[in-house]
Amino acid sequence: MKKVLTAASLMSLILFTGCSTHQELKPVVENYADIVLATYQDALSDAEALDKAVNEFVENPSPATLDSTKKAWLNARETYGKTEAFRFYGGPIDDEDGPEGQLNAWPLDESYIDYVEASPTGEGESVGTNIINSPDEFPEITKEMIASLNEQGSETNVSSGYHAVEFLLWGQDLSKGPGGGERPYTDYVTGPEGTHDHQERRATYLTETTELITDDLQMLVNEWKKGEDNYRAFFASEEQINTSIGRILNGIGKLSKGELAGERMFVSWDLRSKEDEHSCFSDNTHRDIVVNALGIQNVILGEYKRTNGTVVSGPSVLDVIEDENEALAEELKETVTQSVELTQEIEPPFDQQILSQDGRQQIMDTINSLRRQGDLIAEAAAILGYNVDPDAI
Amino acid sequence: MEKTSKLSLVFLILLFVAGFILGYSSGWFDPLSEYRVEGEQYSGGESTVFNESVNAFGEAAPNLTGNKDLFFVTGNAFFKRNWVTPPASTADLDGLGPLFNARSCSSCHLLDGRGSPPRSIDEEPVDLLFRLSRPSKEGNGTRPDENYGGQFNHMSVLGVEPEGDVRVRYEEIPGEYPDGTKYSLRKPIYEFDSLAYGDFPDDIMISPRIAQHLVGLGLLEAIPEERLKEVADSADADNDGISGRINYVYDHINGKMSAGRFGWKANEPSVRQQTAVAFREDIGITSEHFPEELCAENQKGCKEFPSGGNPELTSDILDRLTLYTETIAVPARRNWDQEDVLKGKKAFIEIGCASCHVPQQKTGIHPNHPELSNQTIYPYTDLLLHDMGPGLADGRPDWKATGTEWRTPPLWGIGLIETVSGHTFFLHDGRARNLEEAILWHGGEAESAKDNFKELPKTERENLITFLNSL
Repeated sequence: MKKVLTAASLMSLILFTGCSTHQELKPVVENYADIVLATYQDALSDAEALDKAVNEFVENPSPATLDSTKKAWLNARETYGKTEAFRFYGGPIDDEDGPEGQLNAWPLDESYIDYVEASPTGEGESVGTNIINSPDEFPEITKEMIASLNEQGSETNVSSGYHAVEFLLWGQDLSKGPGGGERPYTDYVTGPEGTHDHQERRATYLTETTELITDDLQMLVNEWKKGEDNYRAFFASEEQINTSIGRILNGIGKLSKGELAGERMFVSWDLRSKEDEHSCFSDNTHRDIVVNALGIQNVILGEYKRTNGTVVSGPSVLDVIEDENEALAEELKETVTQSVELTQEIEPPFDQQILSQDGRQQIMDTINSLRRQGDLIAEAAAILGYNVDPDAI
Repeated sequence: MEKTSKLSLVFLILLFVAGFILGYSSGWFDPLSEYRVEGEQYSGGESTVFNESVNAFGEAAPNLTGNKDLFFVTGNAFFKRNWVTPPASTADLDGLGPLFNARSCSSCHLLDGRGSPPRSIDEEPVDLLFRLSRPSKEGNGTRPDENYGGQFNHMSVLGVEPEGDVRVRYEEIPGEYPDGTKYSLRKPIYEFDSLAYGDFPDDIMISPRIAQHLVGLGLLEAIPEERLKEVADSADADNDGISGRINYVYDHINGKMSAGRFGWKANEPSVRQQTAVAFREDIGITSEHFPEELCAENQKGCKEFPSGGNPELTSDILDRLTLYTETIAVPARRNWDQEDVLKGKKAFIEIGCASCHVPQQKTGIHPNHPELSNQTIYPYTDLLLHDMGPGLADGRPDWKATGTEWRTPPLWGIGLIETVSGHTFFLHDGRARNLEEAILWHGGEAESAKDNFKELPKTERENLITFLNSL
């Protein structure tokens, strides 16, 4: 086993000294890290805007403030979705203490958080207990408590992150056809006009969960800042450069094939199941798919257009692949462009498209393109001496 | 010397060399050649994968046809997803509990690997569960307890009391090889406290079970029952001290008694039934085969809790999960023809391990997956029940299995457990800290094989472990 490993690492070394040197790879890794940092910074400022909107809403709940808060949530998802291309290699987002589960886990254990209807037709309230409506058991709702509940036991009750905020804004999806949740703003109104009990506790859960999101994103930004003693310093260090190229490819390969094409799209397609989708309360799943695909494209091309319009760009893994095999690089570039276009053509809402014949065909074409993209990334990685298993997530 | 004699000398030498080469390649001079079986590295036949990574147990059989590789993805997704408290918007994942041990399959079979017992007294068991029962003359020889049912559930949804806590501590038992090398085995002791539904009755039987790794289950399912009967020797007619027995259990899907193959006591006849049972007992999810929630007779709060659908697990998802667990590929062997591995294999066979851990099997026809049919596989099991002696006994009968009998577990993949699951805890309750301790716990019918192992010189013992790690 050791012999095999040594042979494999020697092989990759030979391959590398043959084509790309450290001097050539360093800018690729640095540019990648710049893109990661910029994307997390944008995700953080969108989450801060969401936090602000949430606070305004709970201060003054009205249809208008609820609506603007929902818009802020949808906007925050646009940048966060792109950061998912930085997952799956044990970086700060998903190493052992990484906040991925706390930020974005799914499916949400909604009736653990707040009231739900006891039957899918919406008749009668849940007889179960939940955090918001159990002041005796959970006297004070704080972000620390939410974080600790999310880790209760050795596995998690998913009760935090973007989808928890989504649930608290939209409410459970009881619609049979198109349409998401329809939580009334009065769930946050205290006094006679208020609906459902414990409005203040609900408001606190909402503001604390949102704050937890900004805390986690701030941590990620800190880990990727340049010139500090952080993960980036390790990632871009001389000893890690080669391995980091492998990490970059692993992240986008697995997001393309296993996660996005497989878990997030094929499973819903296969089961025609209305709520096997990510953003089920808001019906925003079609955008989750697009921004994931864009995130992968950003990494491949080494270019990210920030929310404020400025562009971060530089040498990319595509250049490294091109040095080895021009045709493969070209094919990968085309496939990535095609995948993004296909994701953009999926009509909302996703949960209805998986039921219609045309929608199913379009979604399947997209799945196939993303799967092919994952295989091409694995092929390119193999040529460069890395082992990427794009099915494994 | 004359020219001709010189030439004939050269000729003789050449003949000798050629003869040696021929002889060597035919195995005349190679004492290990009979153990070098070309093809045995393909543990799972044509459904073998070459993967030694942390994902070694996570690949689909590479020879799957049609859309099965995609259905495998769906199965894998539901294997990993957390089930949620009913009622929920995510209808497919609705129905956790009310009482449960885990929220997902993968919380115990992480990366389709093997569970580990708690590492310290303060830790709650997660991948280790406890069957509870009382003696009965009916059915499988046990009945559920009125207050706790058939399994101890230390977790619950909000609003329902979990059954209690359990802690494990260990007692060291020192031992010694005939050559004077010392060893120590640890015996688990379980302490139940905070019991929410009353004290355990005196005649309660508690059987610990750890989560097993999940490769090649469809292949085991495809071994013909006739073959199991051939190997079985319940009265030990051949006097070798080994009396493998088939456990006949109730097949809920086909409504008849069948040969049990899966589970630590071979108490489940098929992957589909095993999957449906685990869903109900471990996660609290009902299915078409087991439509009733598992609440004990006296657990009122549990019985009144809302359900997540009737049944909670749709048959489509059960189909995908069954396909998934049936078609997880077996990883190929590593270093299979290395000298120390072959020596270890020789010892393994010579000291009697292979009587129960039968190396090779041939599959018949798999009803759903022709890809798994007619394969020569190397699972290292006879799938039969054997008396393992009082040291390992759980004292709890299960259909035909007595309180001292266990099913021979397959050994394929065990050398990769450390890579995938990050530990080397073995046996039904994870008491063995490594393969050597697992061997030393063998008793009953395996007593003589164990004694033979202890008699081996140290290097031979090490070779045997090296061999096991190549599986």
